[in-house]
Amino acid sequence: MAAETLVPNSADEAAQLFGDGDGVTVFGGGTILMPAIASGRLKPARVLLLHRSGLDGLSIDGGIVRIGAMVSVGELAEGPDDVLARFAREVGDLEVRASATVGGNVCAPPGQEAQRGDLGAPLIALGARVRSIGGGGERTEPVEDFLVGDRGARLVLEIEYDRPSGAWSAQTMRRRHARSYAIANVAICSNADGIRVGVSGIGPTAVRCRAVEQSRNADDVLKDVDPVDDAVASAEYRRKMLTVLVRRALDEVESS
Amino acid sequence: MRLTVNGIEQEITSPPLTALLHVLRDELEITSPKAGCQQGGCGTCTVLVNGEPRRSCLTAVVTVDGASITTLEGLGEPERLSPVQAAFHNRYAAQCGFCTPGMILAATALIERTGGPVERDDVLDALGGHYCRCTGYVKIVDAVMAASRGEVEPVADVPSSEAGEPDVLVKGSPA
Repeated sequence: MAAETLVPNSADEAAQLFGDGDGVTVFGGGTILMPAIASGRLKPARVLLLHRSGLDGLSIDGGIVRIGAMVSVGELAEGPDDVLARFAREVGDLEVRASATVGGNVCAPPGQEAQRGDLGAPLIALGARVRSIGGGGERTEPVEDFLVGDRGARLVLEIEYDRPSGAWSAQTMRRRHARSYAIANVAICSNADGIRVGVSGIGPTAVRCRAVEQSRNADDVLKDVDPVDDAVASAEYRRKMLTVLVRRALDEVESS
Repeated sequence: MRLTVNGIEQEITSPPLTALLHVLRDELEITSPKAGCQQGGCGTCTVLVNGEPRRSCLTAVVTVDGASITTLEGLGEPERLSPVQAAFHNRYAAQCGFCTPGMILAATALIERTGGPVERDDVLDALGGHYCRCTGYVKIVDAVMAASRGEVEPVADVPSSEAGEPDVLVKGSPA
């Protein structure tokens, strides 16, 4: 049976149709869902498509960056700040980035062959907050908390963060061909209170590395991160490279 | 749903979540967008949606309701090739031809976007998601750069379209 498709014309309508998320498949840019639906691996009953929902606003207001869930990864590759752009440019290719959305990136279910959600590392380092709605209403929480929650029960509306002003470093490692998934991503941003360390591309979701934030010792990254084996890299290789990438990022932030 | 495909308005009856690729190939019988990997990775299904290159295999048709779609068929004709098509032809930038539709559309969009000569790195960036399994990349990149500089010689040896080519459309076939 063909899926029931819901095409809301506003964020309010989208939230109402989403309800508590039960039985609803949210369709952002379609880069993950379309191959699954076309091949018959996924047979969703109700699909909520957000392309007309108005959730595609991108603004900087009073030093706060607000990114609607439907803003494309391609748009982020051109701004609104260098940290996010640096990682957004590495996602997929030109056409895939134009379709892929930031909401999809933070809601992506774990991939089988490769790890998804690359933008998690810079969003954690930037101290981003996710504004979502679902059962129990609207809430805003740190991205690292959102990532470990029941994401299927939340409809992401917006991601916001204070525009960074301190030193930062972006380290990303991939195989050397186009459209390769990450082996590991490390983002560090410094602010008045210290540093924030985000790691992605190493497991089902991005992780905040509080141990490194406190000790500034790269080896401590493995206290918070337990990398996985997949088709892109082995867990052992990821563990070794992560400490190298974190050390480079720490050096870059501390020397600037 | 409605689409304007290569300038012609079409009423679409496929289900809303059908990939634009399959709407074009199976409903409208426009077969230049190829069904390659069908997961967004190879580039040969690329079409222009309101002038911007998109993977038609990743695009649910309902999300482009009302849009203007350009496929290779909308760029030129055998007797009147577009500059990028002519450059590909004259510079031997097509081997088996399976990736060619996506390559030409992405290159056309790149030249349109920049409005002038493009450098090698621009081409690599714009075509980075397009795989040529014949590995004919050098001639492809050269052809795109030549087209962007207007260095396109008239095409003298295009085979006649009256050659009576067999109808090769087989539903479900990727070719």
